[in-house]
Amino acid sequence: MSGAEKIAVTVTDIVPLNDLVTRFEFKRTDGGPLPTFSGGAHTVVEMRDGDTTRLNPYSLMSDPMDQSAYTISVRRDDQGRGGSLYMHTKVAVGDEMVISYPVNLFSLDLRAKKHLFLAGGIGITPFLAQIKQLERFNGHWELHYASRTESLGSYVDELTSHHPNETHIYYDDQKQTIDLVNLLEGQPLGTHVYVCGPKGMIDWVRQTAAAEGWPREAIHYEEFLAPQPGKPFEVKLAVSNKVISVGENESLLEAMERAGVDAPYLCRGGACGQCETNVIDYSGNFIHRDHWLDDEEHAGGQKIMPCVSRFEGKTLVLDR
Amino acid sequence: MTKFTFPESIKSRPIYGTLEAREGSAHLLVADAHGAEALLEVATPEMMAKAHIMYIPKGEDFEAKLRALKPASFYSGPSYAAAEPRLLKTLEDARMGLQVYLAGTEGLMGQAMNAAMAAGIPYTAIQTEHRGSVARRMQCVHCKGITEDVETDPFVCSHCGLNLFVRDHYSRRLAAYQGVCIDAEDPGNVPEPKGIYE
Repeated sequence: MSGAEKIAVTVTDIVPLNDLVTRFEFKRTDGGPLPTFSGGAHTVVEMRDGDTTRLNPYSLMSDPMDQSAYTISVRRDDQGRGGSLYMHTKVAVGDEMVISYPVNLFSLDLRAKKHLFLAGGIGITPFLAQIKQLERFNGHWELHYASRTESLGSYVDELTSHHPNETHIYYDDQKQTIDLVNLLEGQPLGTHVYVCGPKGMIDWVRQTAAAEGWPREAIHYEEFLAPQPGKPFEVKLAVSNKVISVGENESLLEAMERAGVDAPYLCRGGACGQCETNVIDYSGNFIHRDHWLDDEEHAGGQKIMPCVSRFEGKTLVLDR
Repeated sequence: MTKFTFPESIKSRPIYGTLEAREGSAHLLVADAHGAEALLEVATPEMMAKAHIMYIPKGEDFEAKLRALKPASFYSGPSYAAAEPRLLKTLEDARMGLQVYLAGTEGLMGQAMNAAMAAGIPYTAIQTEHRGSVARRMQCVHCKGITEDVETDPFVCSHCGLNLFVRDHYSRRLAAYQGVCIDAEDPGNVPEPKGIYE
């Protein structure tokens, strides 16, 4: 079976935080300890919703050294494909679920002299675990957290009361914005910047930091892309000798899994590169949405990331 | 001839590039001897307005030309050891966006790179360009003593007196190549020293 190793868990607590965000706590169903992880790690949560199985990644936000329980925060997306809605409306305390071992694609660079965290909205979650990790050995960090409104500012109270000197909050509706150029220019040598939030914010931070002369290795970002719905299409899987159709609301990867093909994956969000698949033949257009392949590869027609990318056209034959 | 094409070697051997002007909030340029030529080529008025040049002439006559670039600050000193406290203080006070350019001999670039890395700059973000002498900074693996500016292979350790073979095995931590006793099994059987790349 592809993906990280699985853990059977029970939902032990559900806490609505505001209109959009709800926190879920998981404990191992067999009562044993969960693996420790490193701040920034995510788990892939399996959601069995009738005939549909969704596997969505969520950042772990609990203390990485706490082996008694994991917590995640899920933002409801009414326009999405239903994973977050399923979590919000169908999952109840006591339910048994399956999650993956933690996988970290957004880890701290512990060589940094200082960690500068920039969060937008639900992008706060990986930082909550990273802050707990850094606090254990007195790490040097600073958080700038932008939220749409005060009422949607998940964990703002906890952060400002526990870390009043490190936490800076910005509310969009009060016209408060991060003074990014100034902030970046004032950082001591050896600072690493980490950004998690909407795509626009990630692009803004990456571009501004690069223009300010920050080394590429000192700029870290995490953007989970949820697979977007699209027109149905057909795919021939050459190795499995199967022709499958990808429905409007499922990803190519999910369609392969539904057909019983054990395709590799890890993040399911276009970031990790694990599901990279060779294209044998095609006639039509790729809709590449990952940030794993580079522009040349996107234009080349040789590779596709089935977790988030789609296809429109007559034929697509994959080496899978 | 101040540019030299190093022969291909093992993975541990550093590879040097060509300096290019980069965007940055400040620029730190460190060079010795003919490394000045690389600084003269990369310097732009915009860069110099925010630049600190540290130069170790080692008998070469580039100081007037470097000063004519009008860097915001200029330092000239007799050796890397003499310049090091100033370099460390400059890095300690620096902010993100600082660009580091190193040019000249391997020993100078290696040691300055070490200081910049310790200050938190990833080594991939530090630019280097080799110019001038191909002499190496060597560490005797037996007594751990460092011998600067080694031009021949083999050479005599300036600390313990052993005859050392010049290896391409490099330590980024020490900013030095490894020197290994060449006549351990047959004392006195030492090949005639010749230039490292001859």
